[in-house]
Amino acid sequence: MKIHEYQAKDILESYGVAVPAGVATTSADEAVAAAEKMKADGSSLFVVKAQIHAGGRGKGRTKKNNAKGVILCKSVEEVRKAAESLLGDTLVTIQTGEAGQEIKTIYVTEGVDIDQEFYLGILLDRAKSKNVIMVSTEGGVEIEKVAEETPEKIIKEWVEPGMDLQHNQARRLAFALGFEGDAFKKAVKFILALYKCYEETDANMVEINPLVRTPDGEVYALDAKYAFDENAMYRQKKYAELRDLAEEDPTEIEASKYDLNYIKLDGNVGCMVNGAGLAMATMDIIKLSGGEPANFLDVGGGANVDTVKNGFRIILEDKNVKAILINIFGGIVRCDRVAGGVIEAIKDPEIAKKVVNVPIIVRLQGTNAEEGKEIIDNSDLNVISAVLLEDAAREVTKLLA
Amino acid sequence: MSVLVGKDTRLIIQGFTGSEGTFHAGQMIEYGTNVVGGVTPGKGGMKHLDKPVFNTVAEAVEKEGANTSVIFVPPPFAGDAISEAAFAGIKVIICITEGIPVRDMIIAKQIVSSHGATLIGPNCPGVITPGEAKVGIMPAMIFKPGNVGLISRSGTLTYEAVDQLTKAGLGQSTAIGIGGDPVIGTTHLDAVKLFQDDADTESIVLIGEIGGSAEEEAAAYIKEHVDKPVVAFIAGSTAPPGRRMGHAGAIISGGQGTAQDKKKALKDAGVTVAESPAEIGITLKELL
Repeated sequence: MKIHEYQAKDILESYGVAVPAGVATTSADEAVAAAEKMKADGSSLFVVKAQIHAGGRGKGRTKKNNAKGVILCKSVEEVRKAAESLLGDTLVTIQTGEAGQEIKTIYVTEGVDIDQEFYLGILLDRAKSKNVIMVSTEGGVEIEKVAEETPEKIIKEWVEPGMDLQHNQARRLAFALGFEGDAFKKAVKFILALYKCYEETDANMVEINPLVRTPDGEVYALDAKYAFDENAMYRQKKYAELRDLAEEDPTEIEASKYDLNYIKLDGNVGCMVNGAGLAMATMDIIKLSGGEPANFLDVGGGANVDTVKNGFRIILEDKNVKAILINIFGGIVRCDRVAGGVIEAIKDPEIAKKVVNVPIIVRLQGTNAEEGKEIIDNSDLNVISAVLLEDAAREVTKLLA
Repeated sequence: MSVLVGKDTRLIIQGFTGSEGTFHAGQMIEYGTNVVGGVTPGKGGMKHLDKPVFNTVAEAVEKEGANTSVIFVPPPFAGDAISEAAFAGIKVIICITEGIPVRDMIIAKQIVSSHGATLIGPNCPGVITPGEAKVGIMPAMIFKPGNVGLISRSGTLTYEAVDQLTKAGLGQSTAIGIGGDPVIGTTHLDAVKLFQDDADTESIVLIGEIGGSAEEEAAAYIKEHVDKPVVAFIAGSTAPPGRRMGHAGAIISGGQGTAQDKKKALKDAGVTVAESPAEIGITLKELL
């Protein structure tokens, strides 16, 4: 679960990680008031930042006003202009796609003089089953690029399972970034606090890019990307509330209400499958059969009438869907029961209307597969049955021809 | 023979009296698995499915000589259940539970390894040695005793592959569902090692999916150390980057973990890669 930059910085600050002063707001007047206060506190530079989850904001542009997603302002008056140009407009970045994302909130922060920029990230190293902290002197650029071109510029420390980050590890990282004197002490404190924050909040990704050193030796998180482990949200209720549904696909949210795991894709063949691995394999076979998968949809272990009905509704909201492949491997669930459920779902008046021009292939395998096929074949509905996966693939090819 | 579970398995079920635990324990007993009891804290002393219930895993080990555990405990408590089994001296711990926080799994995995135990899963269908022992939730009737060792991250895709093997006349020595989470006990690499060293296993089927680098690590080992025929399938060639495909571990991030990279690594290691999930069985049949 991702959160916005201003939310991340609030959490970081609560753990003693240094961030520039900032205020999140949905109005230009409040943005101006915040800047006035920062000015009174001695700031002469301000930054107005669009709050959307997608990255690449600084290089992105809004649709209406052609404004940058991150605007540096030299006066309070410029803050007003920046706020007005962003709020309510839609920001398009390399990560949002063409549609872009509406800007509902902006974040006004004090401007910080930058002496040097760094990168700092924490995530799980799957190969080692340990959290890894990565730092680099190549701040402000994409870390994937650094990893590919100059991997020696990324320095890593792995945290022992269940332990705190050790002081010597934080020192090694700070030295590797070239910190000295008072700034060194601040960097060590920053790194230790950041790891504690990551661990205690059940985060699964924190990225500070850039981390900056100012000419007077201060260390700040200038930007922050933060994501939580969804499996742990039951014990992070305070942070679970930070979920911003406006940042997510509405169909995917609806699917999750029915315990369906749905991800929309750009293809023409919808699919409904039990199990994530088989669902991915089904997408692959659609492609091999000459189609393009329109979605990923895992209906889980149940595959009863209701899950199948809800699955149909969600797939059929996508107008690009020309055919649907249902692929159920009946283990504990019996295929004849699943077949009955599919038939009942298709007879639902609302669904029946929509599937007139969308042929359905039902592939049932496992317990009572033949009985399931018989039920499908004996129905008067326009549904094609298959038992073997290769048969299902052939039917997809035929339908698209 | 076979690996991990078999005739010598003395199994306990953690989360025995819950609905999942009860249902699947019944299925395992019916299959002929030697279930010696179960553990539900607070319910020790009672009988469930005609088997003794214990308060702690240690008690089950002491009184029934349990050497293997299968876990159906809900996610908030499952990491703790894994470490309890390891502390009690259980050597093979199979965790079915889906949705365990990563922080809990990092710790549980460490405790398992420091106690010399083997963890399978979590978020997996379990392990079966056909004809000897079923420890998990897989449908038993699709399996057949034989000499193919199978490794897979997922549930139903494992069943799909097994079904194809059985229909092609290829029985299985042991099938291991290693699970789809980012932190798992036994990896593809560990499972490949087990099968390479197992006299009953003559060929290996490895089913992987996008995310992480476990398939690449297995490929590197296969290249140097495995002389048995290996067939692989990697799910997720059509998955977009940055999106989690159901399994918490199935995500292409920063250009890493694509199906293409994994297939290339496996092919370079001499593994025969099935391009279609419909051709896993036939690909192995033709290779043998």
